[in-house]
Amino acid sequence: MSKEELVILDCWVSPFCMGVKIALAEKGLEYEAREEDLFGGKSDLLLNSNPIYMKVPVLLHQAKPLCESTIIVNYIDETWPSPPLLPPCSYGRAQARFWADFIDKKLFDAGCNIWRSKGEAPEEAKREVIEILKQLEEALREKAFFGGDTFEFVDIITVPVTSWFHAIEKFGNFKVEDECPKFSAWMKRCMQRETVAKVLPNPEKVYEFLIMFRKMQGIE
Amino acid sequence: MALSDVKVLGSWPSPFVLRPRIALHLKSVNYEYIEENLLESKSELLLKSNPVFKKVPVLLHGDKPICESLIIVQYIDEVWSSGPSILPSDPYERANSRFWAAYIDEKWFPALRGVLAAESEDAKKAAIAQVEEGLVLLEEAFGKLSQGKPFFGGDQIGYLDIALGSFLVWLKVIEKISEMKLLTEAKTRCLLEWAHRFSSHVAVKDVMPEADKLAEFGVKLRAKILKARAIPK
Repeated sequence: MSKEELVILDCWVSPFCMGVKIALAEKGLEYEAREEDLFGGKSDLLLNSNPIYMKVPVLLHQAKPLCESTIIVNYIDETWPSPPLLPPCSYGRAQARFWADFIDKKLFDAGCNIWRSKGEAPEEAKREVIEILKQLEEALREKAFFGGDTFEFVDIITVPVTSWFHAIEKFGNFKVEDECPKFSAWMKRCMQRETVAKVLPNPEKVYEFLIMFRKMQGIE
Repeated sequence: MALSDVKVLGSWPSPFVLRPRIALHLKSVNYEYIEENLLESKSELLLKSNPVFKKVPVLLHGDKPICESLIIVQYIDEVWSSGPSILPSDPYERANSRFWAAYIDEKWFPALRGVLAAESEDAKKAAIAQVEEGLVLLEEAFGKLSQGKPFFGGDQIGYLDIALGSFLVWLKVIEKISEMKLLTEAKTRCLLEWAHRFSSHVAVKDVMPEADKLAEFGVKLRAKILKARAIPK
């Protein structure tokens, strides 16, 4: 497949974009990543491709736009079935979709409540993040990955947000490893995967980005 | 399959509960319906089956609980694959159906709920405007996705029909509260006609709640929401 067939409207720091890129890499697909300048003004292509939300990621497959990261990852899995990102049985798939939905709705926003606060991060915000991670530890149990032995859908949706953890830990003054060691171990396992290591940005860069972003928003 | 092998934990006013019920009817699957009272404390079975969100609907298939209405609908579609298909078979069309269903749940439904729970006239007006705006977008989506056929899913009820259709009676209640029509000939003619078709479909009509009964419930729910807001944290 030529590169022109797959284009992702991208932003290096967006965990939602990272999930799509990891999924594409897991399938061995080549694509062109076009970085959107989220501060300088969104491209016409982005605004035309995603008029409802005007957000990245957008995947363009043969110029047809797909929006919303989890929906895009599902599309990638269905269009290029090998290797599969979802379990073969319907119940396993329902469980995977449930946890992906849970993470999508809860984890990133909970993390944002920490770095978005002025001054010291509220205890409630920290507790919420830790509670969510503990629920994920419950789902993980003794498995290597959420998918079992193999790195799959839920792992792909979850691991990108962890690139923001170093920053969240600094702003929130806590360590994920101390509070949720199982989750921390899972993070390390994921980072050993080439597809993940290549896509996730340096956590220190994410931290610098958030410092700058906070200044821009007048949060100090 | 024995009747007790498929159960739906639900609550009659919940639009989300309608979704798995409609899906099971479309697939001609018999199930046991267990009513939860949303205004009182939650049952042990619900808390055990959905420990994360503690919400209805829950589908119990044998001893396996499946939660979140749209995830349940997808599960039903996959398990009972010999029945009519709920999701389209083409991956791009599936993505479109999922996109609009997510829009309905994440953007449109909160606006609908916002009308019910509005504390001031201004808040109510703003929420109503959002509901109307959403319906115009959905009218456009209907045009593109139905391709001249009676439903979003084409000739038969599909995923997106179920996602939006499950809100139709609540929409009537909100129209009553707003004292105006939200589905109109002028702005949403196709959706207006679709709404009649959907509501009278054999897989749907027996599970939809009565509008008057739902309106009465709406009053109680609004009071509960406003009371909860008034409690200092």
